[in-house]
Amino acid sequence: MTMFEAILLTVATAATPLLIAALGELVVERSGVLNLGVEGMMVMGAVTGFAVAQYTGSAWLGMFAAILAGAAFSLLFGFLTLTLITNQVATGLALTLLGLGASAMIGESFVGLPGVRMDSLYIRGLTDIPYVGRVLFGQDPIFYISILLTIGVAWFLFRTRAGLTLRAVGDNHTSAHALGVPVVRIRYLAVIFGGACAGLAGAQLSLVYVPQWVENMTSGRGWIALALVVFASWRPWRILAGAYLFGAVTIGQLHAQALGIGVPSQLMSSLPYLATIIVLVLISRNKRLTLMNTPTSLGKPFVPDR
Amino acid sequence: MMRIEIVKRPQHSALFSALSPFIALFLTLIAGAILFSILGKNPISALYSYFVEPLTEVWSIHELLVKAAPLILIAVGLSVCFLSNNWNIGAEGQFIAGGIAGSILPVVFPDFQGWYVLPIMLLLGMAGGMAYATIPAFLKVRFNTNEILTSLMLVYVAQLFLDWLVRGPWRNPQGYNFPETVQFSDSAILPAIWPDSGRAHWGFALAIIAAVVVWFMLSRTLNGFEIKVLGRSSRAGRFAGFSAGRLTFFAFLVSGALAGLAGIAEVSGAVGQLRTSISPGYGFTAIIVAFLGRLNPLGIIAAGLVLALSYLGGEAAQISLGISEKSARIFQGIILFFVLASDSLIYYRIRIVSRLSDTALKGA
Repeated sequence: MTMFEAILLTVATAATPLLIAALGELVVERSGVLNLGVEGMMVMGAVTGFAVAQYTGSAWLGMFAAILAGAAFSLLFGFLTLTLITNQVATGLALTLLGLGASAMIGESFVGLPGVRMDSLYIRGLTDIPYVGRVLFGQDPIFYISILLTIGVAWFLFRTRAGLTLRAVGDNHTSAHALGVPVVRIRYLAVIFGGACAGLAGAQLSLVYVPQWVENMTSGRGWIALALVVFASWRPWRILAGAYLFGAVTIGQLHAQALGIGVPSQLMSSLPYLATIIVLVLISRNKRLTLMNTPTSLGKPFVPDR
Repeated sequence: MMRIEIVKRPQHSALFSALSPFIALFLTLIAGAILFSILGKNPISALYSYFVEPLTEVWSIHELLVKAAPLILIAVGLSVCFLSNNWNIGAEGQFIAGGIAGSILPVVFPDFQGWYVLPIMLLLGMAGGMAYATIPAFLKVRFNTNEILTSLMLVYVAQLFLDWLVRGPWRNPQGYNFPETVQFSDSAILPAIWPDSGRAHWGFALAIIAAVVVWFMLSRTLNGFEIKVLGRSSRAGRFAGFSAGRLTFFAFLVSGALAGLAGIAEVSGAVGQLRTSISPGYGFTAIIVAFLGRLNPLGIIAAGLVLALSYLGGEAAQISLGISEKSARIFQGIILFFVLASDSLIYYRIRIVSRLSDTALKGA
């Protein structure tokens, strides 16, 4: 394997959790709901995935459990914001704080244990093709899921009637409601989907990226995923591009640290966070464009009149 | 089949406005009892060691005040932000920035001694927090950038910067390679209020003063009125001639200054030096404090004491019951959920409708 291939592989591994979590949040925001709990759902997915894989010995079961955990955890947010109509920003923060706390407690006995790694794909012949074999046919299963998910979300949102309805709910919930669209039910489904994606993204961290449990192991990736949705102007393919850009920044700074270019490692580690800020500034600078792309009902409370 | 139905109240309920924090605390206790039962502990004795035991000894009441001081200071500032619809969630970063800026004097110029050292440190701490909070405020006003994400990203940057500082240029040369700065000299230590009985420092007094001042500003001045109007409806605020951009700066500067003050007060009063980590997440817990205090600075004093108690309770429960002290963070998260849920009783009436009566209604 050449150096170039190795770098490409690690970039994909770093980008995948961002991509999956951001795609989930994209669907949630397209339905008009702002869930700032991505970090919390992701870390719950990470700890659940690790725990179940640890007890059953199967990374796959861990992954499915993480998806369920993320979805179940997101229901808490859904019930508060959609049924009790609480403030979405505050409730999302609450979800993140609770998730970080709960996962720290659940995972306390797992710290330092070797984890179960999800095997990468290996297809004799194809994977051995020089240069592109490993990158195309030798990655972990969650990588392929993330690509399929991008295609699926893009197709669903812009090529299906259900996707159109979901976007309509996000753009004007009052009109959608007047047309008889079940606004709250659609939003519940979107929130659960977002939770499932965040859970899967978390599982990627604890089963593929670094197969072990570390407290707060998401270290802001849920928030970067939220920023990616804004960066991508709420479009799935741009999320893919953004996630790989961030993956490249993350891996690039790690390699630079390894080469010892004389810049302190902590300052290099802060690069992905600074890059997020810079990218957000660049994208939001054009106020008209932002307004045009943002789902109009995003974050606004919906009280159905009866 | 049962269904929950929400009906908007014609007017806010004053009753639930006053009751909601208590309902939330009550529900949290019940949830805690259930949690402890699941963990196989006697819920009554667990809740006792969590919420009563820390209050039975003088030294631990001092610890309560030590932990409440930063929580109240930060949350008071956050209340100004949240009321004006500025979502500053990076107080943890501003806390660290304040701790660093305030430590310049005792770390870089340790020979500088005298009564004036401490006031300068506190002012520098406030300035550091303010400067750090200006970044998301400026980006929001000038470039329309989402302040939630920028302020949060800056938390990670501040944590990494502190880590570098304490392991690198500011490390104590005589410190056996521990990642710590020098111990502050006596003139750089925020003194204890009652040194004979415990270590509660004057940071708590500063917190009370800040809460009263901000309470006065919010409830008795035009500035406070402006904050509330623009927070509820930016359109109405614009018609009244209030500037949203100016207010965003104001809110971030106030909360940055208070978070910075909390940072240097913690470093100088409770720790006595800079370390790689100076906060067990005070900046985030303060968000819970602000909401539990219903964004009212006087309520925040009480809420800060409650959340400080949860930290101590976690430690006490770990010692006496063997429950991880991390359970405190679950408690804190649950409190915020219940606060938000019971707050919706203020604006909405909640009815549980059975499908049967629903169809009966339609038949009529």
